[in-house]
Amino acid sequence: MAKTKKEKPVLEGLAKFNRVSKPMNVLFSIIFIIAALCCVIPLIFVIVISLTDKTSISAIGYSFFPQKWSLAAYGELWNNREQIITSFLISIVVTVGGTVLGLFLNAAMGYVLSRSSFKLKKLYTWLVFIPMVFNGGMVSMYLVITQFLYIQDTLLVLILPLAVASFYVIILRTFFQTTVPDSLIESGKIDGASQLRIFFQIVLPISLPALATIGLFLSFAYWNDWWQAFMYISNKDLWPLQYVLVQIDRQIQAMLDMSKYVALSAAELADRIPTDGMKMALVVVIVVPIACSYPFFQKYFISGLTIGAVKG
Amino acid sequence: MAKVKKEKVRGKKFTFDDFELILLSLPTVIWYLVFSFIPLFGLLIAFKQWSLSGDFFTSLIQSDWVAFKNFEFLFMTSDAIRALWLTIAYNVAFIILGVVIPVTLAIMVSNLYSQKLGKVCQTAMFLPHFMSWIVASYFLFAFMSPDKGLFNSALTALGLGKVDWYGEQAVGYWPIILIIMNIWKTTGYGMVVYLASITGIDATYYEAAVIDGASKWQQTTKITIPLLKQIMIIMSIMAIGRIFNSDFGLFYQVPKATSQLYPVTMTLDVYIYNALIALGDVGMSSAAAFFQSIAGCICILIANAIVTKIDRESAFF
Repeated sequence: MAKTKKEKPVLEGLAKFNRVSKPMNVLFSIIFIIAALCCVIPLIFVIVISLTDKTSISAIGYSFFPQKWSLAAYGELWNNREQIITSFLISIVVTVGGTVLGLFLNAAMGYVLSRSSFKLKKLYTWLVFIPMVFNGGMVSMYLVITQFLYIQDTLLVLILPLAVASFYVIILRTFFQTTVPDSLIESGKIDGASQLRIFFQIVLPISLPALATIGLFLSFAYWNDWWQAFMYISNKDLWPLQYVLVQIDRQIQAMLDMSKYVALSAAELADRIPTDGMKMALVVVIVVPIACSYPFFQKYFISGLTIGAVKG
Repeated sequence: MAKVKKEKVRGKKFTFDDFELILLSLPTVIWYLVFSFIPLFGLLIAFKQWSLSGDFFTSLIQSDWVAFKNFEFLFMTSDAIRALWLTIAYNVAFIILGVVIPVTLAIMVSNLYSQKLGKVCQTAMFLPHFMSWIVASYFLFAFMSPDKGLFNSALTALGLGKVDWYGEQAVGYWPIILIIMNIWKTTGYGMVVYLASITGIDATYYEAAVIDGASKWQQTTKITIPLLKQIMIIMSIMAIGRIFNSDFGLFYQVPKATSQLYPVTMTLDVYIYNALIALGDVGMSSAAAFFQSIAGCICILIANAIVTKIDRESAFF
């Protein structure tokens, strides 16, 4: 970065001269503003809906300009707090636990692969590379998890399968190769430190930027995951938030089906079925932590993607 | 630590260092064996009449071999063939648009006068990447809900009839909707990758071009795009390797699992899921999964071989 800054004064004259024309710039700017709005507006819309009063929704549908605002949807969410808080805690535990575990597993593998003197390096490279091009597929995975590991309906199934990815291992390997010099590790050894100690006390502390990147990848992946719960979790107490969102629709359908057979008055039915506002409020609860935090973490993401693009 | 020094013999022998490194990586190696390599045995299920007896390996060994019978069943069902073609067609669209749009936008953003505007827009466009498909399906529903959605409100306001977006009537719209959703979610990520390569291009190329009197358009087509070629090829190969895979979230959750929309949303993954979970047909779904794995692997190897032939430098591995 410092280098480009130094060159800037020299380039400035040329950069000013070598630009797209003004109308072009206006056109590009407009295109980008529209594209950016397309990406952000759905989120804003959902926030607005979650703050819209029921009467306004039934009168004019979803709208950016509701007739009446209200916090009732969040109140309804609060009335269902048993499930919501349980699921929130599950999401947090899975995200934190998974990120810590994943960081250790990926970093250990990345470090071992980055040591050029390691005897099994070739074997390990294949171990990491093969899963990138070849996998057992959905059916084998399902059978292995339910009939070999027997971890369905436990927290483990939400955490373990997502913990390691060859992409992360390669990013970390590249980072360790380029930024942790062999001499540092040699000097650690001369001081009598074991490899394990070198890894935990020297390598990890100086690799915080790379660990931050992978940690972010992992925590977003865990927070956004619904697939594991969708396939393997039936116990309500283990549903992560994302899966609650999947289930709400199913439950509404089930209740509507049920109402055909069981005599429920329209008022009773309306009372039991979650309102649209509540669904949107739940979406907001899930999304807002991410939407507020990712702009600050973006640079770590970008640096990770850029390292990852180096050939494996 | 005299022990370390004593055992540190160069050559074929394992040193204490190697031992420690193996110990350090042992948990990850076990993870790889359990979650990546044991499932590979599961591919054999495609050639067996699966019957559950005890655990995974016992069932695998005790099930009878049926050779290609599962595949015969699979390819006799028109649904499976349709799912295969749908998957390929969607992926071709995704691959082409997934290169063209982000590259165009990345070149455009690098040419904006205001770097600040570019940064802000780029951050905004990265947002969908961090949303799950479940959340995206609710975003879409806010616009396309048949009775309350914004689209239908707008159609009514214009005096046109409402469209039942999640019903049979809307089947024709869904391929476009799904493609737009995919672009919406992936463009920000693609832009980041390509923009990183663009900023990495040596500025002296452009200086020389300006001195030679090249226009901005010529600079883009003659310098920027050729220099982006390698990363474009790598991204495409990775996508081609997954041409038989489809994003289950996009094709199942975004259309709210509506069976009326299956003609345009049932890709291979949705088909396998339905066969496995809804019908409990392990044979057929494993045959489809086997096909998906092998064909995907072959595809990536072929794509890489072709690239190596054309341009050794750009090959992926």
